[in-house]
Amino acid sequence: MVAERSPISIGLTDQQNILEVRDISKAFPGVQALSQVNLRLSNAEVLALIGENGAGKSTLMKILAGIIRPDAGDVYFNGRKVLFNYVRDAERLGIVLIHQELNLVENLDVASNIFLGRERTYAGPLRLIDQRNYSKAAVILKRVGLDCAPNIRVSQLALGQRQLVEIARALSVKAKVLIMDEPTSSLTSAETFRLFDIISELKQSGVSVVYISHRLKEVELIADRVVGLKDGANSGELQRSEINHQTMVQMMVGRELKQLFQDQRRVRTEVQPVLEVKNLRTGLGHEPIEFVVNQGEIVGLSGLMGAGRTELAEVLFGIRRPLGGEVLLNGKKLPFGTTGAAIKAGAILVPEDRRTEGLILSSSVATNINLPSLKRLSTGGLRSFKRERQLSEKMCAELNVRTPNIKQVVGLLSGGNQQKIVLAKWLACNPSLLIFDEPTRGVDIGAKSEIYALMHDLADRGVAILMISSDLEEILGMSDRVIVLHQGSIAGELSKIQLTEEAIMHLSTGGHLR
Amino acid sequence: MRKLAGLTVFLLCLYIALWRAVPPEGLMLNNYNLAERIGQYGIISLGAGIVIIAGGIDLSIGSVAVLAATGTAMLLGNPAYGGNPVLVLALVLAAGAFLGLIHGLFITKINLPAFMVTLCGLFIYRGVARTISGNMSKGLQNQFADLRHCLYDGDIFGLPRFLVIFLILAGVASVFLHLSVYGRYLQAIGGNEKAARYSGISIDAYKILTYVICSIAAALFGILFLMKNDAVTPSSDGFFLELYAIAGAVLGGCSLRGGEGTVAGIIIGTAIMWILPNLTNMWGIPSELEFIVIGGALLLGAILDEKLRPKGAAA
Repeated sequence: MVAERSPISIGLTDQQNILEVRDISKAFPGVQALSQVNLRLSNAEVLALIGENGAGKSTLMKILAGIIRPDAGDVYFNGRKVLFNYVRDAERLGIVLIHQELNLVENLDVASNIFLGRERTYAGPLRLIDQRNYSKAAVILKRVGLDCAPNIRVSQLALGQRQLVEIARALSVKAKVLIMDEPTSSLTSAETFRLFDIISELKQSGVSVVYISHRLKEVELIADRVVGLKDGANSGELQRSEINHQTMVQMMVGRELKQLFQDQRRVRTEVQPVLEVKNLRTGLGHEPIEFVVNQGEIVGLSGLMGAGRTELAEVLFGIRRPLGGEVLLNGKKLPFGTTGAAIKAGAILVPEDRRTEGLILSSSVATNINLPSLKRLSTGGLRSFKRERQLSEKMCAELNVRTPNIKQVVGLLSGGNQQKIVLAKWLACNPSLLIFDEPTRGVDIGAKSEIYALMHDLADRGVAILMISSDLEEILGMSDRVIVLHQGSIAGELSKIQLTEEAIMHLSTGGHLR
Repeated sequence: MRKLAGLTVFLLCLYIALWRAVPPEGLMLNNYNLAERIGQYGIISLGAGIVIIAGGIDLSIGSVAVLAATGTAMLLGNPAYGGNPVLVLALVLAAGAFLGLIHGLFITKINLPAFMVTLCGLFIYRGVARTISGNMSKGLQNQFADLRHCLYDGDIFGLPRFLVIFLILAGVASVFLHLSVYGRYLQAIGGNEKAARYSGISIDAYKILTYVICSIAAALFGILFLMKNDAVTPSSDGFFLELYAIAGAVLGGCSLRGGEGTVAGIIIGTAIMWILPNLTNMWGIPSELEFIVIGGALLLGAILDEKLRPKGAAA
């Protein structure tokens, strides 16, 4: 493991690079997450890694931290080829990852979390916990600027404070390479600047940092070099002097649109609002949310991860209670906090994670399709198996679901067909508003175009559609109008003619409409 | 801490009520019997509590205890082993540890739900106990006075021996759970298994350990049961034991969500658990209402726990 003295390291790579990744590929069922990605990290360098959601940034970092193994390609540490099987292997070399989703034990106190798995102990094999852990924790907490006692429980901390605990945890390991995956997503601006100070201190002491962020302004401030990823492959590199908002956006975007979308859509002349959101305060952003979705219109809801898109959808569908405001559906006020009322009024959410939220995978196609319609199809509480069969067969035919029969277990169907069944289930209820949360995530290209055609078809029939999507191509191709969220509030609204990838990225990374 | 304080106050109220309800001449005897009962059942609550803290559950406690009692009686009655009671006890406790190991392996390596594995254990060990005993009572036949004296007969400084044994074990468990790294890992595993794994903790080993501890505690309970009652009837003894054990731990603040629980809480919870029926009995409430009182107390505790639980900022 002592790479510097290893003779085979000579001539393999530049000694300046503490970490280098060559031709890394990784596939997950249905997606090629990374294909032949290259990355090098110099000593005492802050490297920013940028890319759209799903570009493969997190996968790459998980490989570097030993959490997942690549299918192909090599990782070199100090010029020597290394293979990580466990998190510990990477940690031993000093590579530490701060996760995007927090991994803290809420029922333990701050110090326990910081040193979990690496506690200082006494009394030999009894391994009693040394109280010095707490004083050491206090020192690190001071360093990250978190003003709390080390013996306070993590469950009592706010989200931003928890993020600082994660950072403190990373600092407590003597890291040589620190990977930060969206470290500022829940920090206040004061906390963010404190983090930047820490990063420059670390850099001074020779630590290299990989900084992943959607917030291009932050990247501009701290990055020595920027590497772009796009659809799992390298999409460019910027040196310090070349880094600015414009160049970064171009590096993240710049792709040709494939012919997936219809060019022409019938323009509706009559404007009949279906969904009216007034003065809605979700508790995330500073500004209340207001917008309208009209009959037969497809409105895209764009924004970065954590911008509050899903939360907004959940409020509209009655899963989450807002702090205040009003939602009208077909002119009638929608009560908050009850999905039953939303469904009855004709609003349907097609959830993002269809495997856990949209389907009962172990049940049949028919059972899944009929579930929300059972009551309507029954007579005096008794189920009508004939009507149920007719409905599910009709929906399967209408949506072109490829299944041997309606008794097939849903879990055995392909992702695209599963998505169609989620749609079938809700379309059977004759909705007037459909909210799609990532309608084509993990769906192959064929099923994708079918789902798009279906959405157009629904819109033409007068259904109002609100589509949440991280896929910019999809947003551009499908939407009549786009609402962009940034940090919980609406950053701007773009009409069809204003719609460009650059404009959306600009708004969703904190820019303003010109 | 607040939870513990609340439970202590509740326990004191119960005890004061009991003290007023029991006729003065019977108070000493009642106290002694109550303390013995708390000591005896506290042992399995401790075992159940440790499993629960690490996010698991053990439903096999009663059957393991009955099997251990039956095995102890039969081994002591066997001339080959009868002369060496220490060996017999060691064998029985080791057998308990082995059963716990089996539970743990099924749960961690084959990934079966703990509820399922230990539910199967509940049936199987009861059946084994009935089979090896020929479905008959097995007893000490008033022999082994030395062994009984050592574990059961007579007081130590006025305290029943079961209580003394329990308090010693509770002391050890306290160090294990609250002062050592191992206990902290159990809390971490119960609280957020993924975070514990990412911290490099060998989750499987610790989970298995909890089931081993719990089954040893159950086997010890079986041995003490035999010492006190002189005989065990596998077809009728030890039903619902696991539920009493779990109830004691949960009343004392162990959360079935995992991650939460203290030894002090388990002691207090067990005490509440056994004062309640004692008190209803003294108040002349018919004994058939006992279960309603215990169930009601558990429910109330659970509601208070949920309502007073500090809510995190993250969903």
